[in-house]
Amino acid sequence: MKFPKAKPASPATRALEVVPPSGPTAWLTTFTAGAMTFLCVFALALSLASGRLADRWSEALARTATVRLSAPAEQVQIQTDAVLSVLATTPGIASFRAIDDAETRALLEPWFGPGLPVEALPIPRLFEVVEAEPGYDSEGLRQRLAAEAPGALLDDHTRWRRPLAEAAERLRLLGVLSIALIGATMAAMITLAARAALATNAEVIRVLRLVGAKDSYIARAFVRRFTLRTLAGATVGAAAGLAGVAALPAADAAGGFLTGLGFSGAGWFWPFVLPPLAALVAFLATRRAAFQKLRELT
Amino acid sequence: MITFENVAYSYGGSELLSDVSLRLAPGSFHFLTGPSGSGKSTFLKLAYAELQPTSGRVTLFDRDVTALSRDDVARTRRRIGIVHQDCKFLDHMSLAANMTLPFTVSDRESDPQDLDELLGWVGLRHLADALPPQLSGGERQRAALARAVIVDPDVILADEPTGNVDWEMSLRILTLLVELNKMGKTILVATHDLNLIRQAKSQIQARVLRIAKHRVQLAGADL
Repeated sequence: MKFPKAKPASPATRALEVVPPSGPTAWLTTFTAGAMTFLCVFALALSLASGRLADRWSEALARTATVRLSAPAEQVQIQTDAVLSVLATTPGIASFRAIDDAETRALLEPWFGPGLPVEALPIPRLFEVVEAEPGYDSEGLRQRLAAEAPGALLDDHTRWRRPLAEAAERLRLLGVLSIALIGATMAAMITLAARAALATNAEVIRVLRLVGAKDSYIARAFVRRFTLRTLAGATVGAAAGLAGVAALPAADAAGGFLTGLGFSGAGWFWPFVLPPLAALVAFLATRRAAFQKLRELT
Repeated sequence: MITFENVAYSYGGSELLSDVSLRLAPGSFHFLTGPSGSGKSTFLKLAYAELQPTSGRVTLFDRDVTALSRDDVARTRRRIGIVHQDCKFLDHMSLAANMTLPFTVSDRESDPQDLDELLGWVGLRHLADALPPQLSGGERQRAALARAVIVDPDVILADEPTGNVDWEMSLRILTLLVELNKMGKTILVATHDLNLIRQAKSQIQARVLRIAKHRVQLAGADL
């Protein structure tokens, strides 16, 4: 009798065949990966939007201030001149300008509607101040304004922008933390599913060992299956998440943060990274679980 | 090939094998007999490194099993064809795929023509595409034997290979084992079927080992 001779092989697909194709853990892995990636897309959108907001507000906080002038009608021009003079002679100011009525109307329009008679209302005169590098002494500027234009108040935005910027920054961190937790949860669930699959297939493993399979071969068969299932589930989850984010209203100034919750520019790239990342998580989690379980099954 | 030196094996505080010393020489044919529960399967498991001795030394192909890594054990088993009484297969794969499993797990491919020849040798050519649950007890035994020999192993260890089949099928399986031995394979068959042993001894030089009181003794003259 002549026995078969060894030949070069294509191991990748053949390793998959030795594990039974279906089982109670198959749908669990795919569903978990899909659901987690779906959630991850939203966490990513939240994180990126919060990041943009935090950056914008921090930038504004760091560089701009407003001088608000409220004075009796006959004093407005005199004090306006005084404010401009003080700003012009204050070191550390890159630029400044008085905000005209048209701009003031535009700023108030979202709240009061169009056609606001700015001239007829006791609306303070506003001056935009852009800080130079290094900046000005805000306390010194306040005192000079108080002395030369008693109706003028310096608002360096710290009071309201800083908490908002901090909140946005924390929201961004929460988003990142959520992504990490989602990833860890997915790894944990896939690990459990992989261990359950290995335990269910203990007899298959016994047969494979009897015919000379190394642990690395057996692990590879399970790892490939779980990685592919995760990749498939994560792809569907990411696509659904992207569709959900794309369906959100477009960002506009009036809508503020909520309508800006989405991706912009290169941010659209990140959701596409999630499926391979999920597959990598599954690969590492399953590999670790497989080798642990194979040692236990000895 | 396989050497036992003063080997003992205990499990759960009770001794199953004690002071076992023997050597399976290349090309030899051994039967291992003894009553159920006497330790025949334990002996075989020690011989293919599924178990490690509690004391003493088991040597496979000149290597102490206690010094073998997990990968070494896997590589060693590729040189040993193992036939179990329960004949475990991967039920989701065809008979042909099961038979070539030793090639598959070592990332090699079998020659389809050789596989066909082997299927013909064990009389299962017509069942190549069948799933294992569709096979009868005798067919499973022959398939297990074919799987054990497909990679041309040096040693074949068979645990009650005729345990679930009728006398006619037992003789057929014995014939296959005898043929393999004539091809130079070292054979060890654990069985309690004395008729089978007598039948074999009429065809070949076979030594009979008997497990009694946890020890392995040479029998033969009385069989």
